[in-house]
Amino acid sequence: MTALQEKPKAVAPNGPPPRRRGKRATALAGTDKLVLALMLGVPTVVHLLFVWIPTLGSVALSFSEWNGIGGFEDIEWIGVGNYVEIFTEYPRFWPAVQHNLIWLLFLLVVPTSAGLLLAVLLDRELRFSRIYQSALYMPMVLSLALVGFIWQLIYTPDGGLLNSVLGLDKPVDWIGDSDINLYAVLVAAAWRHTGYIMLLYLAGLKSVDPALKEAAALDGASASQTFFRVTFPVMKPVNIVVAVVTVIEALRAFDIVYVINKGRNGLELLSVLVTDNIIGEASRIGRGSAVAVILLTISLGVIIPYLYQVFSKENRT
Amino acid sequence: MTATLERPSVPAKKTRPVTPARIALHVFLILTCLMTLAPLLWAVYASLRTYDDTSVNGYFSIAKSLTFDNFAKAWEIGDLPHFYWNTFLITVPALIITLVLSSMVAFGVSRFSFKFNIALLMLFTAGNLLPQQVIVTPLWRLYRLIELPVWMSESESLIDSPLGVILIHIAFQMGFCTFVLSNYMKTIPYELTEAARVDGASVFRQYWQLTLPLCRPVLAALATLEFTWIYNDFLWALVLIQDGDKMPVTSALQNLKGTFFTDNNLIAAGSLLVALPTLVVFFVLQRQFVGGLTLGSTKG
Repeated sequence: MTALQEKPKAVAPNGPPPRRRGKRATALAGTDKLVLALMLGVPTVVHLLFVWIPTLGSVALSFSEWNGIGGFEDIEWIGVGNYVEIFTEYPRFWPAVQHNLIWLLFLLVVPTSAGLLLAVLLDRELRFSRIYQSALYMPMVLSLALVGFIWQLIYTPDGGLLNSVLGLDKPVDWIGDSDINLYAVLVAAAWRHTGYIMLLYLAGLKSVDPALKEAAALDGASASQTFFRVTFPVMKPVNIVVAVVTVIEALRAFDIVYVINKGRNGLELLSVLVTDNIIGEASRIGRGSAVAVILLTISLGVIIPYLYQVFSKENRT
Repeated sequence: MTATLERPSVPAKKTRPVTPARIALHVFLILTCLMTLAPLLWAVYASLRTYDDTSVNGYFSIAKSLTFDNFAKAWEIGDLPHFYWNTFLITVPALIITLVLSSMVAFGVSRFSFKFNIALLMLFTAGNLLPQQVIVTPLWRLYRLIELPVWMSESESLIDSPLGVILIHIAFQMGFCTFVLSNYMKTIPYELTEAARVDGASVFRQYWQLTLPLCRPVLAALATLEFTWIYNDFLWALVLIQDGDKMPVTSALQNLKGTFFTDNNLIAAGSLLVALPTLVVFFVLQRQFVGGLTLGSTKG
């Protein structure tokens, strides 16, 4: 439970006082300072070099025309041309946006409510609770690529589980039909996502002060009133985490559609449009980077509020 | 840590009346669990049957005989030991170095007070939340630029080299681990390191001999999680390794599909073999796995 409790307010740090300009911090010896600088500096440099510099690189390259093979002197700077092209001409862009949006909505509705429901059901004294939880968590440890493989055995038109169970006269091609394959894949993705949401909500429910529920019950609130008016609002931090996790998951979606059909024929996603420029058919680094920047912008839209929520508590102390 | 997992179970009233509602609840949960396990069980069932059996009777039928042959065949045709080894070469170093580096940052920001503490933590946390595609194109290009001596990478660059994949895993996963570890370290009383410092312990000793041992439970949880995540990585290796022989097992799945052709029994067996390490970790270290995820999502 420790994780969910308020952290002990960091009293005036007992560590050395903040360094002041021009004045040596007396508490730390020279070697100690050097060691500490290395301990913080090396990981930061690694992180900046391989994560943030490439991110800025994507932003820069999105204003260029380049095939990625030649040297940097082949880069042609074309301003916002890539963005204009993406929004007006690029045929795969809007379908991809639509698919990502459906992906997000589906994840926000189906696994989230299923996970919440299961968490509520399991958050009580219950026999076999641990066994139930283990079974529900299990898909979480599988990679999305593997989930794609395993579900193909269910969806395949000849001898797949689903068609056999439904016993239709005309077998449905769940993966090949571009009208339904997105939803078929989403069911598989949701299968894996539900356990995670359940885990988050179970932790959230356990952190709710039982006294609140008791007080509500004493005031004559019904079980469902207590849940929707008291418990759920109190879990706001968990709700935010669930929202962030889901948005990021929807933006990152890639592996599962790639193993199924490399993200074509109804399974186009923004992530596929980016990756195609390196390992696929297209090699237009500029246009791919512009799509990456669009992904970046959307993700920053949830990352920044999340950081604000998490770290604002600290700023105040 | 472990306390995150289980509510202290109150020794409830000894006999709880069996109400219809309880029974309905159990029935519902059992059905849900069976539905959750169904895809895996179906894969297990398919993997145990022979090609002749399923091609004649279809998959949705009672098996004539069950055999482990498909596993042996997938193991051999797919050259799985080779790909497991590739994965091992990437996962183990990446895992260890990620934990070492992020525990150092976490120690620095949680035990000492600098102006940029929060900014640094935010940087790491945000970096971990970025979609990989935002990074991947320039990274791929950067890797081709960096020249390495042959003893470090056979391909003489970071492309097509386990080293390249290890580096991006470290850089990317550090965000999550730093966030979790720093939250945990903040709950360790300041007096502890303070006392050690008064006794003349160097910063490094405060970190290595005092703080890290106290973090053992979180480190175990993070190691479990990071093992599954790095093992399950598909994208980084797919993009940064172009030579199919050097791919780790998860990314190699894509090529195995071609090798196994349309034999679904073989595909099922191969998939299960690839899933096996993570499933074993899950069964043995479920507590750590769940605890790590819980810690990562909540603010200490």
